[in-house]
Amino acid sequence: MNRRDILRRSAAAGLLATPAAGLLTGCATGGGGDQGDGGTYQGTKTEQNPLGVKEDAPLEVVIFNGGFGEEYAKAHEAMYTEKYPKATIKHSATQEINKTLQPRFVDGTPPDVVNNSGAGQIDFNGLVSQNAIADLGELLNAPSLDIPGKTVKDTLLPGAVEVGSYDGRFLVLNYTYTAYGIWHSTKLFSDRGWQYAKTWDEHIALCKQIKAAGIAPWTYAGKHPRYMSWPLISTAIKFGGPSVATAIDNLEPNAWKSDAMKAAADAWHQIVKDKYILEGSPGLDHVQSQTEWCQGKAAFISCGSWLESEQKKVTPAGFNMTIQPTPSLGGGDKLPFEAMRGTAGEPFMVPAKGKNIAGGLEYFRIMLSRKGAQDFTRKVSSLTVVAGSTEGVELPFGLSTVVKALDASGGDGFNWVYNNYYRKLERELVDAACGEFFSGRIGPAEFLDRCQQGADSIAQDSSIKKYKRAV
Amino acid sequence: MRHGKYPLIVTFLVPPLLLYGIFVISPYLQAFQISTTDWLGYSAEADPVGLANFERLLDDGRVWNALKNNAWLLAVVPVLTIGLGLFFATMLAMGGRKGRAGVTGVRGTSVYRMVYFFPQVLSVVIIALLWREVYHPNSGLLNGALGAVGLPTPTWLGDPRTAFWCVLAVMVWSNVGFYVVLFGAAMSAIPRDIYEAVMLDGASRWTTLRKVTIPLLWDTVQVAWIYLAIAALDGFILIQQMTNGGPNFSSDVIGLRMYETAFGSENRFGYASAIGVVLFFLTLSVAVLALRAARRDRIEYS
Repeated sequence: MNRRDILRRSAAAGLLATPAAGLLTGCATGGGGDQGDGGTYQGTKTEQNPLGVKEDAPLEVVIFNGGFGEEYAKAHEAMYTEKYPKATIKHSATQEINKTLQPRFVDGTPPDVVNNSGAGQIDFNGLVSQNAIADLGELLNAPSLDIPGKTVKDTLLPGAVEVGSYDGRFLVLNYTYTAYGIWHSTKLFSDRGWQYAKTWDEHIALCKQIKAAGIAPWTYAGKHPRYMSWPLISTAIKFGGPSVATAIDNLEPNAWKSDAMKAAADAWHQIVKDKYILEGSPGLDHVQSQTEWCQGKAAFISCGSWLESEQKKVTPAGFNMTIQPTPSLGGGDKLPFEAMRGTAGEPFMVPAKGKNIAGGLEYFRIMLSRKGAQDFTRKVSSLTVVAGSTEGVELPFGLSTVVKALDASGGDGFNWVYNNYYRKLERELVDAACGEFFSGRIGPAEFLDRCQQGADSIAQDSSIKKYKRAV
Repeated sequence: MRHGKYPLIVTFLVPPLLLYGIFVISPYLQAFQISTTDWLGYSAEADPVGLANFERLLDDGRVWNALKNNAWLLAVVPVLTIGLGLFFATMLAMGGRKGRAGVTGVRGTSVYRMVYFFPQVLSVVIIALLWREVYHPNSGLLNGALGAVGLPTPTWLGDPRTAFWCVLAVMVWSNVGFYVVLFGAAMSAIPRDIYEAVMLDGASRWTTLRKVTIPLLWDTVQVAWIYLAIAALDGFILIQQMTNGGPNFSSDVIGLRMYETAFGSENRFGYASAIGVVLFFLTLSVAVLALRAARRDRIEYS
């Protein structure tokens, strides 16, 4: 081989090696200059315009183009232009929020409203610690657009503000309201004469019955086993009260090893031990496992209230999925059976360096109006954080059971936010531990150990900003 | 044309070099700079932290675990792919059982060639999706076949003991076709009379392959080796789409670590760039080593 070949080949090798590392820096800090200090548009505050929107200021909205599509946002934008005819709205939708918007955040020229969601969601911990998001406090105290005598804050469901708050500052508007529970097919259960069980012992007895009938009681997404952490933590919170969640969210030492968590992990270990999980579930992704469930191969699955719309294409007619809270461990539970996890989701934010912050807040006020929320529910069959906004809207079967379950849960509803504070903890560490636990490779004690180790590794990492949950 | 040569060359060379410099070389250099900061990716502020990211890398068990898997890929994928590629290409070029003198492939060579090349025309994401369904524990092709003949049906991608090897198999499967075509093309350049002479001397097929074909193909094999070694340090798309590094990080690779650190579960662009810098040096070393190891004298046909 001669010299020329070596040169030619190493050049070829270099070319091949390029894409991987270039991926990261394609959007690197180009000089790091901040061009976004041109000030923001500000109008005069009046009764009609409590946030001081400049009437002719342009507004830019970027929507995550996922399960909800983008049409609902166009309707909200139309409501905005109706109120401010001189304002031009620039609308765009993308599936890759982080890659699309990163250069603009670095430049200091972000859009005014961002629907930060999907697989390409920008980690909120990072955004908050870089002071990249505007405070929405002013919006909460503004009067509601079409619900007389109430401020925006008064119209929201409980917990909506808390989920979007970091160190007591309300920064993120989570627009949808999601319930997390255990789903089953009403048709399957009534055909077989089964009743959803309210206590754990009854649940295990029912699993035995279901298995005897030749159906697997449970299935789950082995590729995303964190779906199973939701009912497990819910069981613990119902047993030990909301402080169980607060301890986990605040990364308190041994929060994952509390008595309530131990009791819950022991209980859930039963379905693994007794082989009440569909054979092969650890090898399924979420779509595959939900499809097995829709095909009647398994009776129960853990999921949030987006399940129905996600499964629309493969759900058999008359399947009638119903959401239910997790069974109570026993009479000693601190919360009643009806209590379930409900949380605001689908985050929207106004970047701190946006040109039209007042316009962004006003856009949220339109989203949170009764008209705006009803329109959203009608278009995408999902609940919003605006209380009572489903009245007069025809809901699909599954979603109507979600509304009922949330009503029954009422003031006993609970939530946790560690997954918002420390994305990695749920998506990587707890996820991996759940995978080992629900496939039967480790027992409850080791499962809690691993979750705790994950939480401790976050707690000890000085480069990650920590947040405290108020309640 | 003689004295006008240089302006012409410069005119054609400068624009692409400029583009390459701006869009490839400069991000590279910036990656080195970013890897010494704690940049979180969404503001223009980043504090220099010296080599802290690299120190952190050294005690990061996840990174080592990912590197270990890349080492396995590096050890297994090139050998298997090149071995299979050579075998198939030989069968297609001279595996025929026609008794008369002459070198022919097996019957249906052109069909085989097309079938082998098929995975090349699919995007990697589609391949991952197809195989996810093949490996489906309950209704997948593989377990369906195993179950039909009464063999055990493992949860391929759901078991830490098998998930990584399942993806590795797909990696080999999707690459072999390209090398079959590559080696086939190189083989067709070997003069026929060499083979005829070998046949007259009464050499077996195996000897022909070992003593004649492979030495004459060595250049091509070497290039294949480097390509595959670099591919083995990547493997990102297949892993991300098929297992996302799971179960319990058992199939994690360094590219996925980098992606997760920057875009997935965290936004640590400084740290992710440090991983990228390490990957850069690894790839470079592997390429150089592969070149060195595969060095042989070149054979020229006269």
